[in-house]
Amino acid sequence: MTSLPGHTERSLGLVIDLDTCVGCHACVTACKGWNTENYGAPLADSDAYGPNPVGSFLNRIHSYEIQPGTGPAQVVHFPKSCLHCADAPCVTVCPTGASYKRTEDGIVLVNESDCIGCGLCAWACPYGAREMDPEEQVMKKCTLCVDRIYNENLPEEDRQPACVRTCPAGARHFGDLSDPESDVSRLVAERGGIELMPEQGTAPVNRYLPPRPRDELPELDVLAPFLEPVAEDFKGFVGWLDRALSGLS
Amino acid sequence: MNAPNVDTSPKVSDEVRKTTCYMCACRCGINVHMKGGRVAYIEGNKDHPVNRGVLCAKGSAGIMQHLSPARLRAPMKRAGPRGSGQFEEISWDEALETAVSWLKPLREIDQSRFAFFTGRDQSQSLTSYWAQAFGTPNYAAHGGFCSVNMAAAGIYTMGGAFWEFGQPDWDRTKLFMIFGVAEDHDSNPIKMGIGKLKARGARIIGVNPVRTGYNAVADEWLGITPGTDGLFILSLVHCLMKAGRIDLDYLARFTDAPCLVNGDRTSDEFGLLLANEAGKKLVIDRRTGEIAAYDAPGIQPDLSAVHLAEGVSHRTVLQHMADRYLGDEFAPEAVASRVGIEAGRIRAVAAELARVAFDEAIELEREWTDFRGETRSRMIGRPVSFHAMRGISAHANGFQTCRALHLLQIILGSVEVPGGFRFKPPYPKSATVHPKPHAGVTPGQPLDGPLLGFVHGPDDLLVDEDGNPKRIDKAFSWENPMSAHGLMHMLISNAHAGDPYRIDTMLLYMANMAWNSSMNTSGVMKMLTDKDDNGEYVIPRIIYSDAYSSEMVAYADLILPDTTYLERHDCISLLDRPICEAEAVADAVRWPVVEPDRDVRGFQSVLCDLGARLGLPGFVNADGSQKYTDYADYMQSHERAPGVGPLAGWRGSGDEHGRGAPNPNQISNYIENGGFWIAHLPEQATFYKPWNMDYQDWAVSLGLADRPCPYLFSLWCEPLRRFQLAAEGRHRLSPPEHLKARYAEVMDPLPVWYAPHSSGESGYDVHAVTQRPMAMYHSWGSQNAWLRQIHGRNPLYVPTRIWESEGFRDDDWARVSSPHGEIVVPVAHMAALNENTVWTWNAIGKRKGAWSLHENAPEATRGFLLNHLIHELMPPQGDGLRWANSDPVTGQAAWFDLRVRIEKVAAPDETQPSHPAQASPVAKAPELVAQKSGA
Repeated sequence: MTSLPGHTERSLGLVIDLDTCVGCHACVTACKGWNTENYGAPLADSDAYGPNPVGSFLNRIHSYEIQPGTGPAQVVHFPKSCLHCADAPCVTVCPTGASYKRTEDGIVLVNESDCIGCGLCAWACPYGAREMDPEEQVMKKCTLCVDRIYNENLPEEDRQPACVRTCPAGARHFGDLSDPESDVSRLVAERGGIELMPEQGTAPVNRYLPPRPRDELPELDVLAPFLEPVAEDFKGFVGWLDRALSGLS
Repeated sequence: MNAPNVDTSPKVSDEVRKTTCYMCACRCGINVHMKGGRVAYIEGNKDHPVNRGVLCAKGSAGIMQHLSPARLRAPMKRAGPRGSGQFEEISWDEALETAVSWLKPLREIDQSRFAFFTGRDQSQSLTSYWAQAFGTPNYAAHGGFCSVNMAAAGIYTMGGAFWEFGQPDWDRTKLFMIFGVAEDHDSNPIKMGIGKLKARGARIIGVNPVRTGYNAVADEWLGITPGTDGLFILSLVHCLMKAGRIDLDYLARFTDAPCLVNGDRTSDEFGLLLANEAGKKLVIDRRTGEIAAYDAPGIQPDLSAVHLAEGVSHRTVLQHMADRYLGDEFAPEAVASRVGIEAGRIRAVAAELARVAFDEAIELEREWTDFRGETRSRMIGRPVSFHAMRGISAHANGFQTCRALHLLQIILGSVEVPGGFRFKPPYPKSATVHPKPHAGVTPGQPLDGPLLGFVHGPDDLLVDEDGNPKRIDKAFSWENPMSAHGLMHMLISNAHAGDPYRIDTMLLYMANMAWNSSMNTSGVMKMLTDKDDNGEYVIPRIIYSDAYSSEMVAYADLILPDTTYLERHDCISLLDRPICEAEAVADAVRWPVVEPDRDVRGFQSVLCDLGARLGLPGFVNADGSQKYTDYADYMQSHERAPGVGPLAGWRGSGDEHGRGAPNPNQISNYIENGGFWIAHLPEQATFYKPWNMDYQDWAVSLGLADRPCPYLFSLWCEPLRRFQLAAEGRHRLSPPEHLKARYAEVMDPLPVWYAPHSSGESGYDVHAVTQRPMAMYHSWGSQNAWLRQIHGRNPLYVPTRIWESEGFRDDDWARVSSPHGEIVVPVAHMAALNENTVWTWNAIGKRKGAWSLHENAPEATRGFLLNHLIHELMPPQGDGLRWANSDPVTGQAAWFDLRVRIEKVAAPDETQPSHPAQASPVAKAPELVAQKSGA
């Protein structure tokens, strides 16, 4: 058993906008690219060109269909990575102390040199956000790009997670969710950001902005105010045209 | 608690090299991080105008493309039967001398026996120049297979189209409507734009039978029936005109709506626009009631005038539009069941467009002067914008459908205004300033002019005295007269059939025509291997250049291996498909951030070499020596016109832009600036570009145009009418008899809708379409170890209605048949789908042995192509003729017209048809990838 810090100085995390995410997977490969090259062992791909490729990824996109009571079916793209929970069950279940939550910023990390690859943390995570590396047999998870966000070798504007920097639609936001004045906290307040599966009691830091309502344009009949006919036929149209043109400069 | 010490500031890289991505035609700027001389990490370049630092899944996985085990290693000659994939590696000298020995005799005797077609070519300015110098009429890139309807309809109607020709005013638009936009076009700029709209709560309407990607985030989704977009759009036009919700001021000043249509039924110019002796279109000046040239200073063109002359009434284009579109056949109730959208929703969309365009109009306090010399203090914006792509263009009615969409944009006054759709320099450009196509062959000499271009009537066709096509693909012939991009999809079947003539040698570049870049894939594979009575291949010689072990490699006789995108020079040129922004002109380079570790050469450098060996003009110096040592040399020293070259930045001694002498340090200047060059428009030139004299003068100063060329938008497409006149017997040339009725129907000068020709074959009533996923580019993604884990399978997605009626369950399989063939494939249920349409991801399916994948990879055992079901010719119709499965105006491949029948079958071992494996000419792929370049 590993203990969690009673309090973190900040709660860094992601705010992911489900109204905007087009499901392009840019965040998936940008994450893979940065993190295979950096923190810990590379993110391996076994059977990479074969029948059953299995690679470790720290972030994946799932797509779901929703069928509302009325109106057409909808598709929601749902990016998922570690939510850096305040009450992270993956940490408390770890038998070696390899999984831990940082006091200074709340990031949940795996210290790979202490990880024995038992997989208990992945079982404990209700979100399925941890993946065993197929080659190194150590647990891999989102580091919130801890080696980017403070990295003095990067220009300041690039000190954000790789997934946020690359997201073409700007659907991913990074910041301190413990600070109510932060941009991400404001965004959550404005757009009604939600916790994922709050009933699990994990107190996740990341938030999701729900899709805005869809397909609400009301059907219009012929007498709709914005389309009131000026003419029924060609002759009427020419009459209208003459009147309209005489009103132009 | 003792937290481990984490190094939060590791060294990121030794060096960052800035070049241009090649994962699709967006051509984003990338930062390639190097460690120990190796590529370590790729991210977007924040300074780059296309992507501003973001990068898609393909670009971010570029390292796996660069390190692909499918990379070809050396030139090869075929060592087994065609299609087997058996090759022998040879030297470059042998490869090039072999090519010369095939090509030189053809150049001296008859260049039309040589065909040069390219696929994902980003160097068409060079490849077409080379083909012209060789003297063959047979050259095109993949536009005819892709989206020529969109490009041509845009240029003929308004001097530019979507994508690289233009973009919405992302910062101001309030309503964005997309038609048939698959997930891949255009990648990052659309996503960035959607992000901007979403951030400020602007709305998106998506029109697409499939609700994924951009359509998934659309506020409104209209799951339209494929092939009916034109009917839907014309119904919107009907609603807007009937309600008088059109921009009369805009129509009168900037379009041909007030131009007078010749109403003399006895004239050979009946239906053309009246013009004066100087060829200027005529209007009635509202102030005087007199007839006047459209561009006369100070006039007010009258939309409602009728010009009476010699007993004949000549009415304006707008009156003809009213005649056409106010008709009840375009009422929402009349079209609803065919388009699959309720009448009330059609009306609601029309009302919403009108409300935003007119009631939420925006004004910029920005003075500008038009081509009539009138200065206005403000720019009025109609903040509705549109984008469309292959979904509406890859139909046999696609050209007219794309025209209909431009008509809708134009009556709303929303093109080249704040909040609307904007052109990117060097566009807008009237169709009349583009070159016309040429096919004049003289043995031993270059062709008599540019190969591709825009025709304006029967006189411009490339046909002989008997009306027979001069080109192997029959482009610019009576069958498809306005085929501005050629017909790549007809090359192999025409060459195989010897119709209109036989080909001796084909040179193909990056065109996977033995697989996903052909209709009728199984048939094309047979044509490529078919032999004549003498045991010789019917298509005698095929030279192919590709960087990877694609399906097409197996069908070539000689392979010229290309580099990866990080190992090469390229220019993203204003002479080609540019990367400009609405408020800036820009171009860019690729440069070798790493040298190849294989015996491969950039194809464009090979063309410089081959051109010199063949003695082609433009590729040799006066003494016969090679003019351009390689592509980089060409990029810097070639001049297309005095002072105008492939790259516009840092010309002369490095301080001239646009026009200037060649600069030997130009590529270094680009590299120092992050790989690109950009120059911004003056503020008063940023809107109304076709009519704005500040823009016109600026374009001339940069070499984008030779002189100011303002023009009117063409709601009335005169070239179409000229072809109709020929069919009516009012021209010295005449189309073949069997085409005359079709000309009357489809060559209408006003946008028209007609059912695609393949509709209504009994028993085949389910539409079948494809799209590429955002994370894949054509077939390239499948070799990418990361991307294939995202999209390694492509089930056929089936809508609820069919899913239930056929009793499908998860993991079931179906036989899908068309009049042409059948496939057996896995199915999956999808509710967010037009109820009469099935679809799948394009080009996930692979032939066994290709792309360095294991023969049992899911791409080969469960992946599939719909292409097997699509013939390049229509089934016989009873008139004894096989009509091309193409748009009759442009020849665009009509692959979205596919109709199928679908039935549940027992699961086979693998998808059908199953083709035998091709031998892989590259080393076996590793089982494990654990990518880390740094120590």
